[in-house]
Amino acid sequence: MNWKRATIAAATAAPVIGLLAWGMTRDPNDIPSPLPGREAPAFQLAVFAPGQGDLQRPIGDTVKLADLRGQVVVLNFWASWCLACRDEHALLSTVAREYSDRPVKFLGVLYNDVPDKGLAWIAEMGGQSYPSVDDPGARVAIDYGLYGVPETFFLDVNGRVAYKHTGPVTPTVLRVKIDSLMAAGAATEATPGASGDSAKADAAGKDVKARTGR
Amino acid sequence: MMPLRGLVRAARVLAAATLLVATVQVTAAAAQAPELPAAPKGAPQDSGALRVQVLGTLSDAQKNDPVLEAKTKTVASELRCPVCQGLSIQDSPSELAQQMRTVVKERLATGQSEQDVKDYFISKYGEWILLEPQAHGFNLLVYALPALLVVGGAGLIVLLVKRWTAAPSAVAAGDGAGADEVSPD
Repeated sequence: MNWKRATIAAATAAPVIGLLAWGMTRDPNDIPSPLPGREAPAFQLAVFAPGQGDLQRPIGDTVKLADLRGQVVVLNFWASWCLACRDEHALLSTVAREYSDRPVKFLGVLYNDVPDKGLAWIAEMGGQSYPSVDDPGARVAIDYGLYGVPETFFLDVNGRVAYKHTGPVTPTVLRVKIDSLMAAGAATEATPGASGDSAKADAAGKDVKARTGR
Repeated sequence: MMPLRGLVRAARVLAAATLLVATVQVTAAAAQAPELPAAPKGAPQDSGALRVQVLGTLSDAQKNDPVLEAKTKTVASELRCPVCQGLSIQDSPSELAQQMRTVVKERLATGQSEQDVKDYFISKYGEWILLEPQAHGFNLLVYALPALLVVGGAGLIVLLVKRWTAAPSAVAAGDGAGADEVSPD
C-alpha cells in the first residue's frame, strides 16, 4: 500500500518538478528570433557617420542592402545612450579595419537616437572605422525584430540572415562568424549549385544551434 | 488507542490540504505560463501627449480617422512590447512601442487586415510578440491544461474524502491499524 502511494506521489511530482526545472534553464529576456535562415529585410538608409580610410562612405550617401549582395554583412544596431555598445565599439572598429580587404562590410545602424549625438559619441569613443546610417522611426529596426541595442546581424553572401547576436559581440563570435560565412560564400562561388547550398545550410544550422544553446 | 487515531486523522486532513494547495498551485502556474495580458497595476497608460511621432506615409485624414485608430488599438493591445515586461505596445509609453504602433497604423492604412499586421510582427519577432498565444497545435495545452487540472484535482479530492470518511472498519482493515471500534473524538 505504501509502495503504491509512494509510486503515485513520485509519478505526480516528477513531471511538475521536471517542468519547473526546465523553466529555470530558460531566460525570459531571451527572445528567439525567427530571422536566421531567412532573407534579410531590405533597407535604404542614409549615412550620417562616414567611417575612416578605405571603409569611408560620404555623409548623406544612401546604403542599399541589395548593393551589398555577394559580401558578408555585419549589421550592428547601436545608440549613443546604450552602455553595452561602448563595450563592443573598439572591437567592431578594429575587426572592420582588419577585414577591410576582404568581402565583408560592416555597417552601423543608429537606433532611436539623434545623428548629432551619434557623431559626438563616435568622436568620444575615438572614431569608428566603418560607416553608420540613421534609421528614422526605427522602421528597419522593427523589420529586423530588434528589441534592444546592441544587436548584431550577420548576413551571408546571398543576403540571408545567418546569425543574430544579442548584446555586445565578443572577439571569438565576431571572427568565427565572419570567417565561416566567408568560407561558405567562397564555396558557393567555387562550386555553384548543390554543394555550395548545403555548405551554407550547414553554416546556418550551426548558427541556429549556437543561438538556441545560449 | 485514542491519541493514535486522532493523529492518523490529523495526518489525513493535512494530506488533503496539501494536495489541494498543490493542485491550485500547479493550475496557477500553468495559467501563468503564457503571460496573459495582465497589465500590472499602475502601469503607465497612454497619455495622448506621447502620440506617434513619425507618420510618414499617413495622410491627415488617416491620422484622424477614428475607425483606423480603433483598429490600431485592437491590434496594438495584442502585441507585446519588446522592451517592457508583460505590456502591450498599446499600453507602453516606450519609444519602440510607439514606433511599432505607427507601423501597425500605417500597415492598416494601406488596407492590410488585422491578421496581416499581426502576421508581419510574428514574422519578425516570432509568436512571442503575441501576448496571447494562438489557440492551435501545442498551444492548446495552455488553454486546456488548467481546466483539466482543476477538474482532475476536484475529482481526486472528492474521491479521497469519500474514501477517508467511509466506514472506518473498511479503511482500517486496509491500513492494518486494527479493527477497533471507532471511538468518538
